[in-house]
Amino acid sequence: MEKTVNQRAWFLVLPVLVLVAFSSVIPMMTVVNYSFQDSFGGNEFFWVGLEWYQELLRSGRLWDAFGRQLLFSSIILAIEIPLGILVALSMPKKGWAASVCLVLMALPLLIPYNVVGTIWQVFGRADIGLLGRTLSDLGISYNYAQNAFDAWVTVIAMDVWHWTSLVALLAYAGLRSIPSAYYQAAEIDQASRWSVFRYIELPKMRGVLIIAILLRFMDSFMIYTEPFVLTGGGPGNSTTFLSIDLVKMALGQFDLGPAAAFSLMYFLVILLISYVFYTVMITIDKDEAKA
Amino acid sequence: MASITLEALAHAYHPNPKSDDDFALKELNQTWEDGRAYALLGPSGCGKTTLLNLMSGLLKPTRGRILFDGKDVTASSTAERNIAQVFQFPVVYDTMTVGENLAFPLRNRGMDSQYISERVARVAEMIGLEVRVHQKARGLTADLKQKISLGRGVVRDDVNAMLFDEPLTVIDPHLKWELRTQLKSLHREFGHTMIYVTHDQTEALTFAEQVVVMHEGRVVQIGTPQELFERPSHAFVGYFIGSPGMNFVPMSVDGRIAQNGGRTIDLAADYGNPQGNVLLGIRPEFVTLTKGDGLPVGINRIQDAGRHKIINATLFDAEINIVADAGFAIESDMTNVTFDPSKVGIFCDDWRLESVKEGTR
Repeated sequence: MEKTVNQRAWFLVLPVLVLVAFSSVIPMMTVVNYSFQDSFGGNEFFWVGLEWYQELLRSGRLWDAFGRQLLFSSIILAIEIPLGILVALSMPKKGWAASVCLVLMALPLLIPYNVVGTIWQVFGRADIGLLGRTLSDLGISYNYAQNAFDAWVTVIAMDVWHWTSLVALLAYAGLRSIPSAYYQAAEIDQASRWSVFRYIELPKMRGVLIIAILLRFMDSFMIYTEPFVLTGGGPGNSTTFLSIDLVKMALGQFDLGPAAAFSLMYFLVILLISYVFYTVMITIDKDEAKA
Repeated sequence: MASITLEALAHAYHPNPKSDDDFALKELNQTWEDGRAYALLGPSGCGKTTLLNLMSGLLKPTRGRILFDGKDVTASSTAERNIAQVFQFPVVYDTMTVGENLAFPLRNRGMDSQYISERVARVAEMIGLEVRVHQKARGLTADLKQKISLGRGVVRDDVNAMLFDEPLTVIDPHLKWELRTQLKSLHREFGHTMIYVTHDQTEALTFAEQVVVMHEGRVVQIGTPQELFERPSHAFVGYFIGSPGMNFVPMSVDGRIAQNGGRTIDLAADYGNPQGNVLLGIRPEFVTLTKGDGLPVGINRIQDAGRHKIINATLFDAEINIVADAGFAIESDMTNVTFDPSKVGIFCDDWRLESVKEGTR
């Protein structure tokens, strides 16, 4: 049978092409375009080559924000993962109590980010906030708006409050999927509680924990709204994380060129992390298929 | 090693059992003699695993007592009972090597490392895993993992009993035979009391010296494989053991005569005059197709099972099976069956009737 050649079918892909072009490709290329040019307003642009990139990499600003970002992500991971596991281990295993726990755990996850920021902003105020007032009444000097350490403590406490549930829920799901025979075998082998955790629960939770770590890492690496509402990046630049710095640069100072270069480098870092995420997931899947 | 005695043992998962139906395991008195191999046979959900978990202490019984060598252990923990148990799905500690897996129960009991390494080497050799001792357990196949669980059981030389909960379910058929052989040789070597739960009659009959058949939470018969085959004490045993199972034909019995629809056959013994649901039970192996002798049947179909033929027929509205040699020629005028009188059993309300002794009637 003769095959009809009809190239007009390509037009069917057109809507998708248009959508993708306007939603990602064109905005992205605009940013790329900005990152190689300088502007003094009046819609006049000059070609500057790699200058913005070189300047940013030389300047302390990007590296400081990057350092703060890494420190923040490491601290919240170091708190949220063990805490989430601990919460999951102590949650009831069945019955109405388990359902109540699950709903309560899910609540912080449902609150919009800027609301979380506002809640903590009020909560921590020394004049009217429950936390701030209590601390100052106890004679502890605490002011997240002026003291960098207090600001960090508050931002971390807020993130832990907001996201530990996610880790706990994932870990809980991992724990529930362990067949009871493992616990029975451990009982027969006279394993201690620690051994049960170390040799049964932890290895069986490995998959979900890696997902939890990667999700929390990526999410905290891009954190913006909550610290922005709470501290606005201050005091000084002490809680200015990467995305807060980026917004300051692009909208506060309207330095389009450096901000464009900044966002492209930020994008590359996220891309790299996503790649690691993907690779690790695939490896786990292979491992689990083998086991 | 110990003998295990169950005294009026019963268990319900229901917190407040009211009727008999609430009990997953109905009241049971039973002694498992030291050093023997038993099989617990029955369909899924008949209470086998419940009974096993009660003995190992993973469950606490609702009623009754469990004694090890006469000592009451009902309230003792699994560890105190010193029991080994192998589960349906292989349980291995993934992150450990094979050797560490085997050493785990001994380490937890604080044995010294010299003794541990000797035992591990010995057990690894016995279960044929000596070359894999340093390999991680996670990548192994199901049958090797199950060998590790088995090894973790026998590594303690003082276990009171070894319990198996359908250990071969996830094993490939061609490896089942090998593992079963290994179990038997372990039993010969160590002489542990072994209790083996299965719903596979071949497994039960080849493994055990004594087979305990369970049905709906109740033990219906305990006997050697031969006894179960030749003299099932409950209709369920007749039906469950053997392939195809026992034939049951509704008949009324009076003394030495069984009759249905005006047709009679002579019985080998006097069964009195039982009332209730009376059935005549006969194994397919002891039914012969004839040209005129015996009871009339309608033949439905004939299956060729290789070494023998299975003939399915209808007798008094009940389906029966007849096993004949592969060389047995079936002719069109073979429309009757005879039963080997010595193999006939009479069942009343599912339980086997014993014959009435002469002179007691």
